Amino acid sequence: MSRRVDRRSFVVSAAASLLAACGWDGGRTFRPVLSGVSRLNDWVSQLVFSSERRAPKYDPAERSRSFPAYHISAMTPTLAEPDTWRLEVGGLVRTPLTLSLDELRAIAPVSYTVKHHCVEGWSAIATWIGVPVRAVAERAAVLPEARYVRFDSFDSGYYSGWDLESAMHPETILAYGFNDQDLMPDHGAPLRLYAPHKLGYKLTKYLTRITFTAEQPGGYWEDQGYPWFGGV
Amino acid sequence: MDEPVRRHHWIVRAMHWAAFVLIFGMVASGLQIYRAYPRFGERGGPYYPNLFHDVAFPEWSRLGGWLAGGINWHFFLMWPLVAVGIVYFAYLALSGEWRKLLLRPRDARPAFEMCKYYLRLRRGHPPQGKHNALQKGAYTSVLLLGTLSVLTGLAIWKPVQLAWLTGLFGGFQAARYWHFWAVWLFVTFTVVHVIMVFVADPPSLRAIITGRYRGRFSSDEP
Repeated sequence: MSRRVDRRSFVVSAAASLLAACGWDGGRTFRPVLSGVSRLNDWVSQLVFSSERRAPKYDPAERSRSFPAYHISAMTPTLAEPDTWRLEVGGLVRTPLTLSLDELRAIAPVSYTVKHHCVEGWSAIATWIGVPVRAVAERAAVLPEARYVRFDSFDSGYYSGWDLESAMHPETILAYGFNDQDLMPDHGAPLRLYAPHKLGYKLTKYLTRITFTAEQPGGYWEDQGYPWFGGV
Repeated sequence: MDEPVRRHHWIVRAMHWAAFVLIFGMVASGLQIYRAYPRFGERGGPYYPNLFHDVAFPEWSRLGGWLAGGINWHFFLMWPLVAVGIVYFAYLALSGEWRKLLLRPRDARPAFEMCKYYLRLRRGHPPQGKHNALQKGAYTSVLLLGTLSVLTGLAIWKPVQLAWLTGLFGGFQAARYWHFWAVWLFVTFTVVHVIMVFVADPPSLRAIITGRYRGRFSSDEP
């Protein structure tokens, strides 16, 4: 008889602790386990990622009617003097670069109409035009020690760190055009990172600097717990 | 009274309870993730018919606290859940237990007889083996549902790398939709399953915990 009571009280306490777990992000003890498994998932994501694979393409007629735009600054970040904006390319490169928008526009562009995937679960189709990161990396002559790329912005310190392979994918671009127009301030003007194979939070807007590194950079959201690889 | 018979192998019992806890956690962390965008369809619409359109599930039903917490729980629990599935399917195949559990064409007539029995159109309980034909149907469906949950989950996780799989489910938003439906099918199955345990065969509860069964149904096939 007492065994039965024990079993019942065990089941009740197990159910209670399950309920108490809800709304819980793992706490000080379990959060490290979750982020450890998140590293494992990054590794799996990297295995699944192919630099040969191209994202499915859509017809411009299929563009979504709305396309949300997020930034972390209280107001939409804009430049006081847009003409003096330059993109800095540095870190583990032989030739550090300082590029104006006109110089970037002079490089052979890539354009595609693709589906954007947000970590929140929404998706939207849009057309993007820009310069492959790869083309800029070739000009800067990236050193063999470089394994990661850090993208910095003027949106209150927002940044994101990428693996080199994803950054060198031919569909990873520095976009200056959105749906046949110049990139608007909401979408990261004058220049943003874009790739159909990453979640939106990896696609740093309001770019200022690209840095090639040997150490893995974090990221604004990644440092707070979002998956680092963020590939789709 | 008859001596209890051994009914469920320890692997089956361990996988049953592990799956219960893990699916519970997957549903709770899934509801947390759902909160970030509680609708289905491309931005700007049109949206899919959904009873839970823009519904925020109560805090006690969610696991993770915020989107990243929900994602990290979901993407942690998925590994042991897939492992449980693999071990269980391997056990079914290697032990031959699948013959007693999976619904087959020969179960059509017995299933019809069971329906008649439940609708009181027939008096005596139809003869059955370890599980009756309707149970086989329910257990086969829930295994199929588990498999589809994993596949739709992969389709949402990697809609570009596994674009063929995402396409199979009708695209990213459709895959999310089916993945969400799986929640309600799991919940429905669990509710009916628990009711049936208490209504039709209470000794089966002991059997799934200790493995021993002292009920009215034989563990062998007729």
